[in-house]
Amino acid sequence: MNITALKSLIDALSAPTISFTILTVIFPFIFPPSDWFEKIHRKSGLWRIWTKLGGVIGMILITAFFVIGYFDPYFNKTLTKADNFPIVLMIYSMWFYIWLGMFKAYRNDIRLDQGLKPNEYNDPDDKVLVWPDLVYIEFIALILFQVFLIVWSIIVAAPIEEPANPAATPNPSKAPWYFLGLQEMLVYYDPWIAGVLLPTFIIVGLMAIPYVDINKKGDGYYSFRERRVGMFIFMYGWVVLWLFLIIIGTFFRGPNWNFFGPFEYWDIHKVEALTNVNLSEILWVKWFNQGLPSNILIREGLGFVITGLYLFVLPVVLAKTYLKDMYAAYGPTRFVTIMMLGLVMLALPIKMYLRWVFNLQYIIAIPEWFFNI
Amino acid sequence: MSDKNDKSLLEKMEESQVWKSIIRSGIPRTRRQRMHAILGSVFLHLHPARLPKHAVKVGYTWCMGGLSFFLFVNLTITGILLMFYYRPTVEYAFTDIIDLSEQVPLGIMRELHRWAAHSMVLIVWLHMVRVFMTGSYKPPREFNWGIGVILMVLTMLLSFTGYLLPWDQLAIWAVTVGSNMARATPFLGNEGPGAALLAIGDINLVHVGSDVRFALLGGRFVGEATLLRFYVLHCIAIPFVAMIFMAVHFWRIRKDGGISGPL
Repeated sequence: MNITALKSLIDALSAPTISFTILTVIFPFIFPPSDWFEKIHRKSGLWRIWTKLGGVIGMILITAFFVIGYFDPYFNKTLTKADNFPIVLMIYSMWFYIWLGMFKAYRNDIRLDQGLKPNEYNDPDDKVLVWPDLVYIEFIALILFQVFLIVWSIIVAAPIEEPANPAATPNPSKAPWYFLGLQEMLVYYDPWIAGVLLPTFIIVGLMAIPYVDINKKGDGYYSFRERRVGMFIFMYGWVVLWLFLIIIGTFFRGPNWNFFGPFEYWDIHKVEALTNVNLSEILWVKWFNQGLPSNILIREGLGFVITGLYLFVLPVVLAKTYLKDMYAAYGPTRFVTIMMLGLVMLALPIKMYLRWVFNLQYIIAIPEWFFNI
Repeated sequence: MSDKNDKSLLEKMEESQVWKSIIRSGIPRTRRQRMHAILGSVFLHLHPARLPKHAVKVGYTWCMGGLSFFLFVNLTITGILLMFYYRPTVEYAFTDIIDLSEQVPLGIMRELHRWAAHSMVLIVWLHMVRVFMTGSYKPPREFNWGIGVILMVLTMLLSFTGYLLPWDQLAIWAVTVGSNMARATPFLGNEGPGAALLAIGDINLVHVGSDVRFALLGGRFVGEATLLRFYVLHCIAIPFVAMIFMAVHFWRIRKDGGISGPL
């Protein structure tokens, strides 16, 4: 396969519809949350990702992507922007450290299976002195990082563009890189959800983790199997719904926030058909073949019913059926908290697929009240 | 030869009144002196004097918490140096930034500040990943995890407010994109759901000149007042809040049983 074909393949694969789907489908097989996934994880050899070989291959693939990108006339422009360098660092360091954590976790899992203590364990009476054993390590880490910063600062100048001009809006206008995940969510949700509600839920959700996680195992050492469900949920939220959306927002979004493959030319005139429709339009116009009712609540009735079922009825049904054991173990308060946080988190991929499959704009569309979901 | 001449310069220094007054215990050679070196120093006594072996291994902690703090200090120092040259007004901000790199000797201070800021966001994230992967948020450390989440949010807000200060196209449009979201805050933003309910008769209480975005920007668009507001938030307000939370964070590590580890 020649390099041009490889590039167009990567361009095609990186479309959010495809790359997000691949990541989501493959994710439970990489961080298996149950026995069934674990079995395929073992059989298919995916567990080798968390071995030394897997770590090296990951590093090589990332490097290959960036090297090809560096010599590509279009990707080079996004890649070499000074403010995008932190994303390159982010991709490398997140891969390395998540790999490192999982590598250590798998080694500990084997030890725990054999009835041994985790690798981190030492005789509690056998302590070391902070001077010199820790102070020196901190000192060296500090010096090394300062050297890294100085070298980085000498090589790469901090970006400065034209003086601020409120009359000239750049296209695309992008938020700082660490907020690009939120900006990407704006494609699927209105600002009051993507910019206000979801960030609030992320912060509250993170803070709630220690209170809703009643699994006492895996405290103070790397481990996976003892807390696989928690690890799976956290990693999916962190890697796919946060980091990956940042990568899409940085590398794959061009003028008018249209999708462009990494090796594609950012054509400012690229035309994207705006064919999105609201649920109420599908219901009244398409199915009932009539105009929209003037009463807002009747017009959006179906949307309210679906949202209500999803947020308030589904948890009750789950508590009585599929998640009965979980409800018994966690109690009503924890269960409701987990359900609310989990359903809001899942609402993001659900809305993404509703958009991609049905061109759905809003489930509830009340622009009169700025209330669109 | 007298006794006095046998002593090295270092030993003589150690016995001088000046040295003894500053560092009471002498050069840490014995176990007792080494523990005292930690306990007797206001900076080092953040640490306990002794630690379990796994706690000093880079493989366990990744050093990320320490580096986050180091970067905060680093950014404070480079930030103070930058403040000598920078005036937060629409008239001067941009040209002061240009001067910083072209006129000021050793003009990489802005680079150091910016790259350290980006690194800090990343390193705080990695610190969170480490703490999650080792399950270190579990009881009795639940509260401190929450403090950590707040510190992470403050880190990102610090970085975001600093983004505006160069007053170039990159800055104002990134902040415009970010702050436009505030317009849609439920009840508090003029385009947020529920804001229309907050009205007395025909008079809206929440409008474009009174909503949360107006409070953030000090105006209806990113302008002179925004620059001053973000400057104060960036240099004084958020660091002040962050320092309080950091104090609690470090204190609670010790009070909640020290660094996590297997039992």
